[in-house]
Amino acid sequence: MSGIPHDHYEPKSNGEKWLHKRLPIVSLMYDTLMIPTPKNLNWMWIWGIVLVFCLVMQIITGIILVMHYTPHVDLAFASVEHIMRNVNGGWALRYIHQNGASLFFIAVYLHIFRGLYYGSYKAPREITWIVGMLIYLMMMGTAFMGYVLPWGQMSFWGATVITGLFGAIPFVGDAIQTWLLGGPSVDNATLNRFLSLHYLLPFVILGLVIVHVWAFHTTGNNNPTGVEVRRTSRKEADADTLPFWPYFVMKDLFALAAILVAFFAVVGFMPNYLGHPDNYIEANPLATPAHIVPEWYFLPFYAILRAFDGEVWVVIATSWITGGIIDAKFFGVLAMFGAILVMALVPWLDTSSVRSGRYRPMFKWWFWVFIVNFFVLMWVGARPAEGIYPYIALIGSAVWFAYFLVVLPILGVIEKPLPQPETIEDDFNAHYGPEAGKDGASAPVSNPAE
Amino acid sequence: MSHAEDHPSSRRDFLYYATGGMGAVTVGAAVWPLINQMNPSADVQAASTLRVDVGDLPVGSQLTVLFLGKPIFVRHRSQEEIDEARAVEISDLMDPIARNANSAEELDAADENRALAPFGDGENTGEWLVMWGVCTHLGCVPLGDGAGDFGGWFCPCHGSHYDTSGRIRRGPAPENLPVPTASFVDETTILLG
Repeated sequence: MSGIPHDHYEPKSNGEKWLHKRLPIVSLMYDTLMIPTPKNLNWMWIWGIVLVFCLVMQIITGIILVMHYTPHVDLAFASVEHIMRNVNGGWALRYIHQNGASLFFIAVYLHIFRGLYYGSYKAPREITWIVGMLIYLMMMGTAFMGYVLPWGQMSFWGATVITGLFGAIPFVGDAIQTWLLGGPSVDNATLNRFLSLHYLLPFVILGLVIVHVWAFHTTGNNNPTGVEVRRTSRKEADADTLPFWPYFVMKDLFALAAILVAFFAVVGFMPNYLGHPDNYIEANPLATPAHIVPEWYFLPFYAILRAFDGEVWVVIATSWITGGIIDAKFFGVLAMFGAILVMALVPWLDTSSVRSGRYRPMFKWWFWVFIVNFFVLMWVGARPAEGIYPYIALIGSAVWFAYFLVVLPILGVIEKPLPQPETIEDDFNAHYGPEAGKDGASAPVSNPAE
Repeated sequence: MSHAEDHPSSRRDFLYYATGGMGAVTVGAAVWPLINQMNPSADVQAASTLRVDVGDLPVGSQLTVLFLGKPIFVRHRSQEEIDEARAVEISDLMDPIARNANSAEELDAADENRALAPFGDGENTGEWLVMWGVCTHLGCVPLGDGAGDFGGWFCPCHGSHYDTSGRIRRGPAPENLPVPTASFVDETTILLG
């Protein structure tokens, strides 16, 4: 794999040879685990492992929770309380699963931002990026349906608002909404199918994760310089890389351990900090919570959804041009999905030939504008849609779209990039000195001279 | 396929397309039930009508019933409420359309076009107002019993005010509260749906 010269698995014993001829599974695992990895990867390259861990953790705790949960509108809420109070260790399993979703999204956002900064989406890694975006979409669908299962007030009204988005589609919206819900409103049929899909989608994600890993094992990892690993000779490849096992596995596990300390502190001491108290009130179709708010990881997109009301000139113009087919509500829905679509298309929107943001002086600034804007949108998404907040949301949405559709295409043309190192080895030596890492990992590390 | 000779259309082409076409039809026929099972089931569809006994409902009070998973407001209006609703000019309304499912044509939002006709052929005095209790802004349930600045309903989510005829008067909601398909089947029973 990856075209980088490296050692391949050689079956030695007769047993290994027998198996290898029939099913080269050990070889596959060996090549996957021993893949040559750029040796200058920094701490932003740990999130992949954290994400795999999250997926496995959510699947295991989820399978256990289903053993005690009842997907019926009359029993669901009580069965969650049953898990919390009666099931042995049930409270811990549920709090891990609930906060695990948050850890999952923290990791995926940092993973995505890493990719955006270091240009990991650029050729030849477009497929890795697109598959990653599909995984992200699936994660959002899974998290949304999972949040409905406890059948609290936020579950019910969140489901009502979000499935209502599909009702905004012109002509066929009502039919699609009814089909999704299995009735005229969120009810038992909805709850049942959401459990079914919430159980299914993580396994689809697992499959996509394998494709994601396969794709970047074919192209090789990106790295903070964006400079490719030399493949011309074994010696040069060895100077640029180290095998994934044990070097990067150990580094990633160390980071994971540190992250899990923080995670379990939240699970143990403030498990409901990221939740909404309203979801501890059983769902009631006759009473709306005063303020319907999605989970924090949806807030930036919720802000974009609400930013476009009937008084924004773009909305009025679009409505007029399409003869009212695209009204304010549908425009908001299009904007929300469009925000993710432009991010998925970034490999073709970014025109710069320089991969890493480290060597792009103007890009750096815009990148941080994008990041700050992300948090502004997240903040404004949790505020009520009145007063000055809709204007902030509108400006934030404009910045989001401008970053992908205007800034990235233009920067590639007008920006003068800084000189990049010739090789990954040069970059590594500039940080650690040429003697570091020569004789095993115990060599003293000189101060990074950045 | 062999392309040694160039037939414009051969028996083999025909078999190829016929097989492909039949295959597509078969797959479609097999997949459709898997999709259609998600549509409302028979018991959900059977719940699409509801009889409401309003014989005991005093004047000036409201009954909220759950119909198709959403609240329906049945209001037995007092004479003051009716008078107030009928004194409003259509030009003062934010939404000038009746939003009444009982009428095929698009009527204006005069109170007469929204109130439920009584049993028999009598004049529509406007005693009964039946409508969905779902705010047309984002689907919250408005508060009733004279709430809001117009003596009708008030949505606490984003501050939409509805008058005594359930018409939007102020706030972000774009439309009047919709009137469902409903009729009196005898003196005291309303049939919804």
